[in-house]
Amino acid sequence: MSDQEARRFVIDHFWVAFAAFALACVLAVYQVLERSGIIPAIQSPAVYFASVSTHGVLMAYVLTTFFIMGFGYYVATTSLKMPIWNKPLAKTGYWIALGGTVMAAIPLLLGKASVLYTFYPPVQANVLFYLGATLLVVGSWFWAGIMLVMLHQWKTAHPGETVPLPMYANAANAILWLWTSVGVALEMVFQLLPWALGLMDTIDVGLARTLFAWTLHPIVYFWLLPAYMAYYVFVPAAAGGKLFSDELARVSFVMIMVFGLPIGFHHLYVDPEQAAGWKLAHGIGTFAVAIPTLLTGFTVIASLEVAGRKLGGQGLFGWIGALPWRNPMVLAAILSLLMLLLGGFGGMINASYAMNTMVHNTAWVPGHFHLIFAGTVITMYFAIAYYLWPKLTGKQLCSASLPTLQLWSWFIGMAILTTPWHVLGLLGQPRRISDVTYNTLLTLAWDPYELAMILGGCVLLASALLFVYILFQTQTKGAEEPDRAVAYAEPLHPVVKLPAMLNGFGLWNRVILVLMIVSFAVPIGQFFFMDSFSPSAWGY
Amino acid sequence: MHINPLERKWVYVSLGMVGLFVASIVLTAITEGVHPPSNVETVDSASLHLGDEFAEDKLGVRQQPDGSLRVTLVAARYGFYPNHIEIPADTPVTFRMASVDVLHAAHIPMTNMSTMVVPGYVSQITTTFPKPGDYPMLCNEYCGLGHDHMWSKVTVVAKEEWHGVAAAEQQGSKP
Repeated sequence: MSDQEARRFVIDHFWVAFAAFALACVLAVYQVLERSGIIPAIQSPAVYFASVSTHGVLMAYVLTTFFIMGFGYYVATTSLKMPIWNKPLAKTGYWIALGGTVMAAIPLLLGKASVLYTFYPPVQANVLFYLGATLLVVGSWFWAGIMLVMLHQWKTAHPGETVPLPMYANAANAILWLWTSVGVALEMVFQLLPWALGLMDTIDVGLARTLFAWTLHPIVYFWLLPAYMAYYVFVPAAAGGKLFSDELARVSFVMIMVFGLPIGFHHLYVDPEQAAGWKLAHGIGTFAVAIPTLLTGFTVIASLEVAGRKLGGQGLFGWIGALPWRNPMVLAAILSLLMLLLGGFGGMINASYAMNTMVHNTAWVPGHFHLIFAGTVITMYFAIAYYLWPKLTGKQLCSASLPTLQLWSWFIGMAILTTPWHVLGLLGQPRRISDVTYNTLLTLAWDPYELAMILGGCVLLASALLFVYILFQTQTKGAEEPDRAVAYAEPLHPVVKLPAMLNGFGLWNRVILVLMIVSFAVPIGQFFFMDSFSPSAWGY
Repeated sequence: MHINPLERKWVYVSLGMVGLFVASIVLTAITEGVHPPSNVETVDSASLHLGDEFAEDKLGVRQQPDGSLRVTLVAARYGFYPNHIEIPADTPVTFRMASVDVLHAAHIPMTNMSTMVVPGYVSQITTTFPKPGDYPMLCNEYCGLGHDHMWSKVTVVAKEEWHGVAAAEQQGSKP
């Protein structure tokens, strides 16, 4: 694959991702309006739950997977200075994932798969939905395999050399994804697909929920790692400084990969099918994975301080003002770190074994994950897109100011949306209702917050459309961009000697295997030994 | 491998913070028995009406031989049955719930009475309500297109006004 072709291939991935994103944002505005109940004409649980299922699938699975694959190919080819290994295989993966997306989208949009993006058996969707979702994951496995082959080829060709940090992080994400997706793949292949095809009459919901929990937590790190990669390898360079520590960056990526995996049961804290001891063990792991995020916060802020002081910032906080706030990458880093700080605080509450019962399944939870996912992760996806678009298309960004306007509006919209969402959760509002019909005084307290969320949703939709407009304008009408070379941040202290365990993944894969066996063997195995009664399929 | 001294300090601070959180959770779990509802107990959701515990005439608030209170509820599209219960404040109450059909969950807002109800499994949770009042019990897990309508009422009366299960049932029959 020539450079030009590879870039085209990456752009194709990004456009699938951003088209899914834009459609999901339109649905979101419908949802926030419908939920508030101010326009009786649009009230419809059937449409609402079809919409919310589609929104979740598009944002969490389609946008992320395609963005991560495209970004991964770009990082691998540019940091290793190698072409994509096995172009036909990569294209096959792309088309399988895209075919799966279309296949799942049809029943979703027709209201034949209103089971939310978490599947929720024994409520059953049309079989095409399960098949499509499976193909999307299978397509992504092609990508993960290619990333690991490229890493291996590079290491063979450069014995003793340090793998460039961007590729090390990228490969960590590919490995994380392979481990992560096994849980949902088992649920699909052994439970949902045979059941939806009519080969099995009943489904053990406890087992299905346990297998889904395997995937459900580490998948968020799969989505998050590209944002962290941008923090480490793009932000310091964009701010005009250097990366504070290359080694600790690797430690953070390894820790997320290892500790991110065996902790899914915090999603099952109030489930009856798992015992307290296993939940507590997974809960402790959940806190362990906060450590790499704390390290990341330190390293990124330290890198920004190095840059700010180099630019003439003085005093305790003066360096903050000296930063290039108009640079989309720097601005995105600052805004997304703020949201990560607040979202991480909420996450600690969710992870707290007992305190979680106060907020479990309430509106607090979508408030939390919109702050982290739509706030932190997507803001950094925007910044990556703004940085790479000129490199990929050969066209300068159509405007210097619009990207900063877009990032600020996304930040403000997300603040307006998620603050009331958290409050609603504390006031007991369930997260997944389409309308408030309860005849109780409590719901009067909910009204003003629901109205505020409409404003947030509208600001976010405007911001999302502006994002797509900027990319489209740039690609079609931008002036010629001469500089096509990507600049990865240099470390403050060049890496001289790196332990082998921070230059490869052999040891970590073995550690993960042990942790996964310890964390899941009994909780999954129990379902094969107890007298369980599995329900049959239900419509919705 | 190069680690900046300031960075090293931050690593220790991070470990200390996380260690403090984990220690307080593990300590309260072990010494106070603070756990989320987690009894691993199966039940045949398709024949609850034939069983000993979740048959229609067995539901509601019951005093156990040891004096403790037990609330037996069935979750089914789209309600919790019986749909109104009365319980005393400041008294440990054990809820046992089973689903007839799909996934449900029960949450009484502003309290820690929160559990998933998974078909095939019995959910059990014990808690105490300190404040008397009328509470809604909401289903907070998507269970179908009527999910919005799935809720019931819980009346918590002051302990001294509680006249036992029989009195509560008579009151409960008058909506």
